[in-house]
Amino acid sequence: MTLTLTEQQEDVNIVEKLVYQRPLSLADVHTHYCPGCTHGTAHRLVAEVLDELGVREDTILVASVGCSVFSYNYFNVDACEAAHGRAPAMATGIKRVNPDKVVFTYQGDGDLASIGAAEILHAAARGEKITVIFINNAIYGMTGGQMAPTTLPGQVTTSSPFGRSTSLTGYPMHMAELLAGLPGTVYSVRRSLHDARHVIQAKKAIRLAFEAQINELGFSIVELLSSCPTNWGMKPLEALNWVKEEMVPAYPLGDYKVADELKALSKRKKKS
Amino acid sequence: METSMIIAGFGGQGVLFTGKLLAYTGMDEGKQVTWFPSYGPEMRGGTAHCTVIISDEPIGAPLVAEPDIVLALNLPSFDKYEPRVKPGGTLVVNSSIVPKESRRDDIQIVTVPANDVAEQVGTPKMVNMAMLGAMLAYTDVLSLTAVAEALADHLPASKADLLEQNIQVLQEGARVATAVTKPVPV
Amino acid sequence: MPKQLLKGNVAFAEAAVRAGCEAYFGYPITPQTEALEHMSKRMVELDRTFVQAESEVAAINMVYGAASAGVRVMTSSSSPGISLMQEGFSYIVGSEVPVVIVDVMRGGPGLGNIQASQSDYNQITKSAGHGDYHPLVLAPSTVQELIDLTTLAFDLADKYRTLVIVAADGSLGQMMEPAELPPMRDLREERPSWALTGAKDREPNLISSIYLGADNLEMFNRKLQGKLALIEKAEVRYEEQFTEEAEIVIVAFGTAARVAQTAVKHLREEGLPVGLFRPITLWPFPEKALFELSQKTKALFVVEMNAGQMLHDVRMVVGIDKPVKFLGRMGGAIPFPDEIERETRTLFEQIMTAEME
Repeated sequence: MTLTLTEQQEDVNIVEKLVYQRPLSLADVHTHYCPGCTHGTAHRLVAEVLDELGVREDTILVASVGCSVFSYNYFNVDACEAAHGRAPAMATGIKRVNPDKVVFTYQGDGDLASIGAAEILHAAARGEKITVIFINNAIYGMTGGQMAPTTLPGQVTTSSPFGRSTSLTGYPMHMAELLAGLPGTVYSVRRSLHDARHVIQAKKAIRLAFEAQINELGFSIVELLSSCPTNWGMKPLEALNWVKEEMVPAYPLGDYKVADELKALSKRKKKS
Repeated sequence: METSMIIAGFGGQGVLFTGKLLAYTGMDEGKQVTWFPSYGPEMRGGTAHCTVIISDEPIGAPLVAEPDIVLALNLPSFDKYEPRVKPGGTLVVNSSIVPKESRRDDIQIVTVPANDVAEQVGTPKMVNMAMLGAMLAYTDVLSLTAVAEALADHLPASKADLLEQNIQVLQEGARVATAVTKPVPV
Repeated sequence: MPKQLLKGNVAFAEAAVRAGCEAYFGYPITPQTEALEHMSKRMVELDRTFVQAESEVAAINMVYGAASAGVRVMTSSSSPGISLMQEGFSYIVGSEVPVVIVDVMRGGPGLGNIQASQSDYNQITKSAGHGDYHPLVLAPSTVQELIDLTTLAFDLADKYRTLVIVAADGSLGQMMEPAELPPMRDLREERPSWALTGAKDREPNLISSIYLGADNLEMFNRKLQGKLALIEKAEVRYEEQFTEEAEIVIVAFGTAARVAQTAVKHLREEGLPVGLFRPITLWPFPEKALFELSQKTKALFVVEMNAGQMLHDVRMVVGIDKPVKFLGRMGGAIPFPDEIERETRTLFEQIMTAEME
């Protein structure tokens, strides 16, 4: 039997204080993500934010191709599945004819930074009022651990078996910095999911990114450094540590762009 | 009855507009018309041409191998289309800048110093109107009055103040044009 | 509404506006760019959606998004752009959203040129992307028909929740003819129940072309094939001219058909029993009508502005025993009526000679 949120709360309030529950914006299903993968964390943060902002019923997800291909099954919102790399274009189409809805894409590094590089750049350049959740785990997960545009120099993958050679394959792409350079972008930041403190910071960023959209300010993106224990060949904790020790130095966390309008908005919020 | 026309010259000589004007006039007269442009990267100074067909019946092919009438506004157009005019048809030549004479003896050749007429009566840009006037004087597909009316109706608003001058050039072209008709073998 | 002298590209764009198209996403490419330019003005005037995309790939995926949100949406392009859009076509059909495309075909392969051609026949009728499907393909031959079929395309796309392609060519897009535009239709008041509009007071909607497992995907494909069979039954369109007692029937579509029409008229004036069969739907191909007609004629003569792409469909329909002659102009060349007339006379002589022997 499923209870509605109010029923649950009432029930629970009688007995004890509710401290943790599934956000309404998450579907009540098991995910296919590997143990220790941070996709689940990212999903939950997005869902909590949608709940807190009260926009679940107005939200449309554009899922992408990669490990998060089934994210439409996990979010309890209207959703579609874009072709590989095309989520920002599809989101553009949806948002332009539904300007009062909240439209977000959820994309991995292969989808966003490789095959969909043109689409993400131009969506940002146009200042599309969409929010992008960008999962950077430095590898292609779904196809089994090939080199991504975000793979670190020297990192061994199934398609860079001798370690990524910068002379052959160039250097990692820093998407948060790149997209921050475009005037259409109002919010571009990088956060990490490797420990509780950083997870809390990530959630704040996700919230601000959605607020940027709801207030019709422009394009917003949150890049989340994530772990892929399976394809990195590590235990979950080792993987989180690898994010901290290897990825964070290569991909510095920070705010690459917070437009003045958005800063003003978050200041007003804090005061009230 | 179906009449096909090719208007050809440099880009910027008003070739495409001349064709449109003929098509508008034909349409206003209740006839079937098609206007088919050359299109592509040529802008000012390139070559341009268009085919106009005016007919009493629905028009099939929008292009013709042998046009009934050709307006050659420059030398390359003369060289290209002079041999293609249908026997019994009409070739209108801009004698101001085409230093050649047609050797064909099976078509009507109308000559008009279109650049000179345009400069004297209107502006140098109105070469096309002088050519058109010459054509209308020696063919019976459309009347000059009907074309002048269509011009009043369809000249872009930005050029409305040039209407009178355009009509004057049209009339002057018709007046000064000369025609040589060699007997057409029956 | 009185007739106006309209350029094909402007005519179909305005027809789309009047058919209730709420969103246009496109990328400039000759010879269809006037359509995009017209939309850039009209859609903005009417407070509808216009976006000049960064590529045809992005454009078709924007179209896919807007279609998923339940509005009438279109794009237009020309052959190289249509090649780029094939990915999107497949997803659109695979997720059953209604979309209208106008293809103003130009010469290929490669960059080719910008002149009129019909060489997209295979790529738009046979598959138009990966997977088992056909878009519904409508082939106008005049500016008026380009208007009428663009209007129809929106209705058919909605009716079958599928991809409808209007197959024009550089000639139709660039030429001007007097034509009448239909009156402005009201925009849709409510989005379809399946559309992405936010899951308010209902379960979430999903637009997707993923079906995991061979069983599921085969089941979906069977459903899709069932829909295509329905379209094949209900939506075949063609035109016959002078086919009564014709001994030779010319088969041609679009611009090639109007050139053939002139040739047929001239040949009839000479007393030759020639007719014209013009498929208006290229898919579904008018197989039955053409087969029946072929039974009554001595030979068919296929004329196309390509190397013989529809020719295969004609041959498939009429069988190996029926003489089928072919004339194809390629690379952007438009045939003149006299070439068709000459070839038809030769065909007549061959048939007469064969009969005498």
